[in-house]
Amino acid sequence: MFREVYGQAVSTLVRVLGDITLAEDAVQDAFVVASDRWPSDGTPPNPAGWIVTTARNRAIDDYRRLARGRALHEEIVSTGFYGDEIEDPGDVDPVSDDQLRLLFTCCHPALRSDHQVALTLRLLGGLSVAEVASSFLVSEPAMAKRLVRARYKIKAAKIPYRIPAEAALSGRLRSVLSVVYLIYTTGIKDPERAALQGDAIRLGRSLVELMPDEPEVAGLLALMLLSDSRAPARTVNGVVVLLADQDRTMWNREMIEEGHGIVHACVRRGEPGPYQLQAAIQAVHCDADTFEATDWHRIIALYDHLFSIMPTPVVALNRAIAVGETADPDAALSALDAIAPSLENYHLMHSARGAALRRLGRTDDAIDAFESAKRLAASDVDRQFLLQQIEALKATGTNSLR
Amino acid sequence: MSQYLLSMHTGGGQGHGPSTPEEAEAFMGRINALEADMRERGAFVFTGGLHGPDAATVVRSVDGDFVMTDGPYVESKEHVGGFYVINADDLDAALAWAGKVVDAINAPIEVRPFFDSRGD
Repeated sequence: MFREVYGQAVSTLVRVLGDITLAEDAVQDAFVVASDRWPSDGTPPNPAGWIVTTARNRAIDDYRRLARGRALHEEIVSTGFYGDEIEDPGDVDPVSDDQLRLLFTCCHPALRSDHQVALTLRLLGGLSVAEVASSFLVSEPAMAKRLVRARYKIKAAKIPYRIPAEAALSGRLRSVLSVVYLIYTTGIKDPERAALQGDAIRLGRSLVELMPDEPEVAGLLALMLLSDSRAPARTVNGVVVLLADQDRTMWNREMIEEGHGIVHACVRRGEPGPYQLQAAIQAVHCDADTFEATDWHRIIALYDHLFSIMPTPVVALNRAIAVGETADPDAALSALDAIAPSLENYHLMHSARGAALRRLGRTDDAIDAFESAKRLAASDVDRQFLLQQIEALKATGTNSLR
Repeated sequence: MSQYLLSMHTGGGQGHGPSTPEEAEAFMGRINALEADMRERGAFVFTGGLHGPDAATVVRSVDGDFVMTDGPYVESKEHVGGFYVINADDLDAALAWAGKVVDAINAPIEVRPFFDSRGD
């Protein structure tokens, strides 16, 4: 509950106080008061409202104590945050739009993308600086500095705290969605940072609540849910288990059902976009009771559609992998060779080539490809998996010589 | 209301000045229209074009004496060729003007906020 209330409270306090640092300090103070009172008085019926009101009152008290306090207070009342007016004294209720406004501030394209992600996790995800630091694999002081720089730019350059106008909305929304998805995939890539997956899904859920009419927002949530449904089966004892070998009874049925529901609603709506199509591809995988039952033709058709609106080498790679499951491996290998130059440094390209070469019986070439993949892989889990492939191939290679 | 510096960086290969009289006329037409738009909407504060870095002199204090060196402070292929100072409500408004300047001059623009009058 802390993380959710934290994000709501900071968002609203930024509106009321007009400053991110002041808002964070005030909310932290209010949580200290809460940890003192709630255990004896009981949790108030509206915890976020309580935190916001307490934080606001404390911040205003602090201002009044300052030498320039009165004048500054008047100034806040008259100017507010970039023109917004301060609320009348009394209860302040968190408004869900506040979170959306702050999300658009944190994900403003004038900020570096790693700063966008860090700010979003800190301010809306409610992660501590130490937690954000560990999810970026940097030291806490380095992350604190990064956050200070990002807040400084927001304030100095006056990055607005508002939902963009219709004309700019789709572009700006794209950057919000990619921040949330990046948080998710960072969690997927490294088991030690798996908590990020939950944080991203939570942000995705609140985004759906805040923007129920944006199909790509729903698509992103469905994509994350369907991908995450397989997380329990994806590694066993720290070793990657391929989709083909996963124990499908371990998949999370509840997430799959929710994801499917969203995908179907998106299809009925008929405004496809990159996240919805990727979710639809995940839905086809989740639909199959066994790997062999996978509807590869449907998956290839969806990749074709995706490639027509998002023509990236990674999409082409995934399409080629799907082709490998239907046609002869020659077709898959030539498709992979065509993409290879643009994905030279991507371990999954090399491991896909390794798999295609293995199927063609070209053992030595397959070993070379898996070796390249292993050199480029970022996580221990991936390296472990690739090492297994190499060792198995070496074993069969020796056998065939005998 | 805040003020922003929009500076134009030239010399780095991107953005070529007009090379024919017709191009020069079209270029000036775009600039004049842009500046008229800025004035009409209260955004215009000041603008200037600068001579090249060969015309620059750097002055520094060495043991209480002023020492001059010929040339720019930073030797680089790119240099500030001109600038606007504009009024804008926030960064989004400033970026919108920057986009129009980029369209008019076909060169990159750096947007930087001024300290505001209260000094924060």
